[in-house]
Amino acid sequence: MYTGDTIAAIATALSPAGINIIRISGENAFSVTASLFRSARGKEFSSIPSGTVSYGFIEFEGEVLDEVLVLKMAAPHTYTCEDVTEIHTHGGVLVTKRVLEAILASGARLAESGEFTKRAFLNGRIDLSQAEAVMDVIGSGSDLARRNSMKQLRGSLRDEINRIRESIILETAHIEAALDDPEHISLDGFTETLLPKTEGLLKELKRLLASFDTGKIIKDGLNVVIAGRPNAGKSSLLNALLKEERAIVTEIAGTTRDTISESLDIGGLVLNLTDTAGIRQSGDLVESIGIDRALKAAAEAQLILYLIDSPLGITDEDKENLKSFADKKVILIYNKDDLLNDTRTGLNCDKCHGKDTDCEVDAGTACGDMSSDSDIDDDFDLLSSLNAGSVKISALTGDGIEELKDLIKNMFLSGTVTAGQDLILTNVRHAEHIRDAVASLELVKSGIENGVDEDLLSIDLMDAYKSLGMVTGEEYRDDLADKIFSTFCMGK
Amino acid sequence: MVYEKHDVIVIGAGHAGCEAALACARLGLSTLIFTMSVDNIAMMPCNPNIGGTSKGHLVREVDALGGEMGRNIDRTFIQSRMLNTSKGPAVQSLRAQADKKDYSASMRKVLESTEGLTIRQDEVTEILVEYCSDNHGIKDSENSSELVENSVDNTVDNHVYNDVDNMQIITGVRTVSGNTYPARAVILCTGVYLDSRCIYGEVSVPSGPSGLPRSTHLSDSLRALGLPVRRFKTGTPARIAKSSIDFSKMEEQQGDEHVVPFSFENVGKDMDKDQESCWLTYTNLETHKIIRDNIDRSPLYNGRIEGVGPRYCPSIEDKVMRFAEKERHQVFIEPEGRYTEEMYISGMSSSLPEDVQYAMYRSVPGLENAVIVRNAYAIEYDCIDALCLKHTLECKDIKGFYSAGQANGSSGYEEAAAQGLIAGINAALSLLGKEPLVLDRSDAYIGVLIDDLVTKSTPEPYRMMTSRAEYRLLLRQDNADLRLADYGHRVGLLSDERYEDVCYKRSLIASEIERVKTVGVSSSKEVSDFLSGFNSTPVSDGAILFDLIKRPELSYESLAPLDPERPDIRPDIAAQINIEIKYEGYINRQKIQVAAFKKLEEKMIPPTLDYDLVPSLRIEARQKLKAIRPASIGQASRISGVSPADVSILLIYLGRGSN
Repeated sequence: MYTGDTIAAIATALSPAGINIIRISGENAFSVTASLFRSARGKEFSSIPSGTVSYGFIEFEGEVLDEVLVLKMAAPHTYTCEDVTEIHTHGGVLVTKRVLEAILASGARLAESGEFTKRAFLNGRIDLSQAEAVMDVIGSGSDLARRNSMKQLRGSLRDEINRIRESIILETAHIEAALDDPEHISLDGFTETLLPKTEGLLKELKRLLASFDTGKIIKDGLNVVIAGRPNAGKSSLLNALLKEERAIVTEIAGTTRDTISESLDIGGLVLNLTDTAGIRQSGDLVESIGIDRALKAAAEAQLILYLIDSPLGITDEDKENLKSFADKKVILIYNKDDLLNDTRTGLNCDKCHGKDTDCEVDAGTACGDMSSDSDIDDDFDLLSSLNAGSVKISALTGDGIEELKDLIKNMFLSGTVTAGQDLILTNVRHAEHIRDAVASLELVKSGIENGVDEDLLSIDLMDAYKSLGMVTGEEYRDDLADKIFSTFCMGK
Repeated sequence: MVYEKHDVIVIGAGHAGCEAALACARLGLSTLIFTMSVDNIAMMPCNPNIGGTSKGHLVREVDALGGEMGRNIDRTFIQSRMLNTSKGPAVQSLRAQADKKDYSASMRKVLESTEGLTIRQDEVTEILVEYCSDNHGIKDSENSSELVENSVDNTVDNHVYNDVDNMQIITGVRTVSGNTYPARAVILCTGVYLDSRCIYGEVSVPSGPSGLPRSTHLSDSLRALGLPVRRFKTGTPARIAKSSIDFSKMEEQQGDEHVVPFSFENVGKDMDKDQESCWLTYTNLETHKIIRDNIDRSPLYNGRIEGVGPRYCPSIEDKVMRFAEKERHQVFIEPEGRYTEEMYISGMSSSLPEDVQYAMYRSVPGLENAVIVRNAYAIEYDCIDALCLKHTLECKDIKGFYSAGQANGSSGYEEAAAQGLIAGINAALSLLGKEPLVLDRSDAYIGVLIDDLVTKSTPEPYRMMTSRAEYRLLLRQDNADLRLADYGHRVGLLSDERYEDVCYKRSLIASEIERVKTVGVSSSKEVSDFLSGFNSTPVSDGAILFDLIKRPELSYESLAPLDPERPDIRPDIAAQINIEIKYEGYINRQKIQVAAFKKLEEKMIPPTLDYDLVPSLRIEARQKLKAIRPASIGQASRISGVSPADVSILLIYLGRGSN
């Protein structure tokens, strides 16, 4: 049993929330708490049973700092397997900090980043991949991300990886056994069976890797940039999405000179929204800096919401801008739809061009690529060259906003994560090692195809085996454990 | 009486003892070697060959370091073959049939003619040690280079020991007659002679192999020193009179036309001589039925043999029981020498009773009328658990006491010779106040062998195998000299002449690889015709020679006609160039693996580390770590019972000091 000194940290994000939690763990967790806590019912802290919640006050140097709830949890059935107390403070940021200072003055020391989880690991409570999942749970912004991290926490990633490793080691063992006992173990026809097996493993690993993009989006959110010509209504869209006045909206084109970022959870998917300055040729120095930033943000985005000022239609400037997003996912948003109420026919479905009476193109309906009637063929060419969807909205009235959210979800999450059944890769380190394993297995495959000796194939098989072991912690690099724990936030 | 003091005493003159004694004497130390029988120095009590898969690697490595085994088999072989020539370079291995008598006599002559080496026929019964009375100077003088003048009376220890109370220092040995031979280092090379018993059927003879006397007291002395003594078993097949064998029913196996010598010293020399043949035949269902019907009469199966046998060198009864589905097993008939009728029946070692042996051998095609000269038998013997040794093969708790060969629980002549050489070198280096020689798993098969022995505690006689070497593409038999010459020369066993040749070879390989990267090959008709002669597709726009060498159907050697500027290059060097180029990708990937391996190997664990202070280690891991005291994180990670989580804990613990 690891019996480190006693550590404490604020476990919740330090924000002016209703409750903040301070966690204390270690040999002296109870005595430190006892020295500060006065039960409202006059009970001695030492006599309070484990697993109960007590109400009372934190007193330090004769002063009551806060009214608190205290959870007492005795070793070994705690997160760290040590004695743990949690103090729920109620007085906001400043008070919580003062309570922590009192705890530190009473014999605990401030926990290092990730130290609680490190102790959980050291005490055999969790393995390395689970420890990483803890980090992901903490860092996850959405429900979906949390669900996936919880799955990893329970070890399903480890199970999956171990299963694949096992089949790799079986093949390697056969090769090696045959090297030493050719009389009894034959390699005749071995590569013919190894090839489909390798391809099968590659397929599984690649599927896992493919989930990484989705996984990353689930875990880190989707980077969305709102772009468009000046005064197309970009800031209004941001505000409509956030349902609050976040960005400054004015009638003057070029008002937004900087980029503005906000996060938004649209039913499991976090959008990291960046509003940008309108993109146009500008003589104004400050505005051109904003435009540069807008282009840069757009280049890094996973999705671009490109606003079209519907009354103006797609201008030449828009076309120029859109061409530069050719390799991006883009949603064209026809804004100010409210101003077009009487000229509804100005918009049309590009497939039927309004001739099909069943094709109702209502505001806010995602109906494939759409464009204005003018220059319809040009627009069609442009749009078909883009990886685009389109939608009509009115940022002012909020019409079409829900449809826009659905469209985004469909574009990025369709079918993959709705049920949360599949394991989704979210950790960059895991993805790196799995990518290495895939590269090694590709070498096995090409080796077989080129007819190289079996014992050479085992070199790449072992590389794949080891890379996968890095994911689960079965194989170690000297710096692995510290690397994992140092990225943890303080309180876990 | 007390004899004059020697620097080193070697107990046993088998394959380990000979290498150990020669190394010490050649490094200038006065060396005394004890043997139970001077007539049987370097005896081969089992198979009549040296080398074979992975064992051949060991012999070449011994030779590259300046050992004797390679040279001795080159002098005395009667057949030689390079095995697995149809496979990749990593698994090719050299094997030579020896004339047993000749091999033994030749090695004896080498020992007798080595200056500073004394041979004594006598039975050593006791290892003499002295306890350290104080711990003065025990810590942190590992690098002390001063010569230890008189270690018998000297309590100053230049090694770090964990357990000061159990610290012992070697002082010499005592023989059966009660005489004392003082020494500064003792190397245990007792083979299968400790308290041994030869067994077949109901017969159990208290003797060493081939009826030689066994050693009856030394095991007790080892136990008294606190060494972990174990009981292992091995076996040998019958020897059958050549005149009684019908070779027409067997497949003849001749030696190679062009013999590749074991010793790098003999490369390029004419090794040709008349070679003897071996023959291949097979067991059959009848053989297997005889064995199964009598399995309860096998001491291995009825519990009369307690020792653990080698899984990888199984007796025929083990093979039949374990591979029940196999309809036949290979049987090689090998000559024991030029001047004897005895033939060794390889693949059919056994401890079945004599009547079953007769029936069993006579069921094999060609052996219907076999006349057995010597029965097959199993032999049980005491050995130590090598976990008590450091990688230098010095005992962790007894300074100056080394152990090598079957005494360490290995099996095989080659494994023994490799350990004997390393033990001898390290005993000598220690007495000379020099840095020890430790080869790691990426240096040599020898490194794999010793690391496994001192780390893993195999529950059976340890046999070297190709699959045990993780980095085998780098550890080829053909490049042992390139890999190990630096060590051999630093130690002082490899002559300047041989070392210079290796340096020349290395630089030529490097420059020639660079050169062929600049040699262009045109797309002319002559070139196309030449290539199609090898079933190789023509080059349309010309090519670089380097890239053509990589084609499976071509080689550096075969492309010589397209390379008019090529310098005159020895065949052994050309072979290296070809392998380096052809397997470049795999070699480079293996080098990356080695770099990762080295990183953990270089994370040393202080020998004084108190594992009780390391939090959270699981109980089994803590016990194993305390017992083995691994030198590095790398070694710790290979201990069975130490999990990756335990290793991570050690890493974190060592990483932050004693916190």
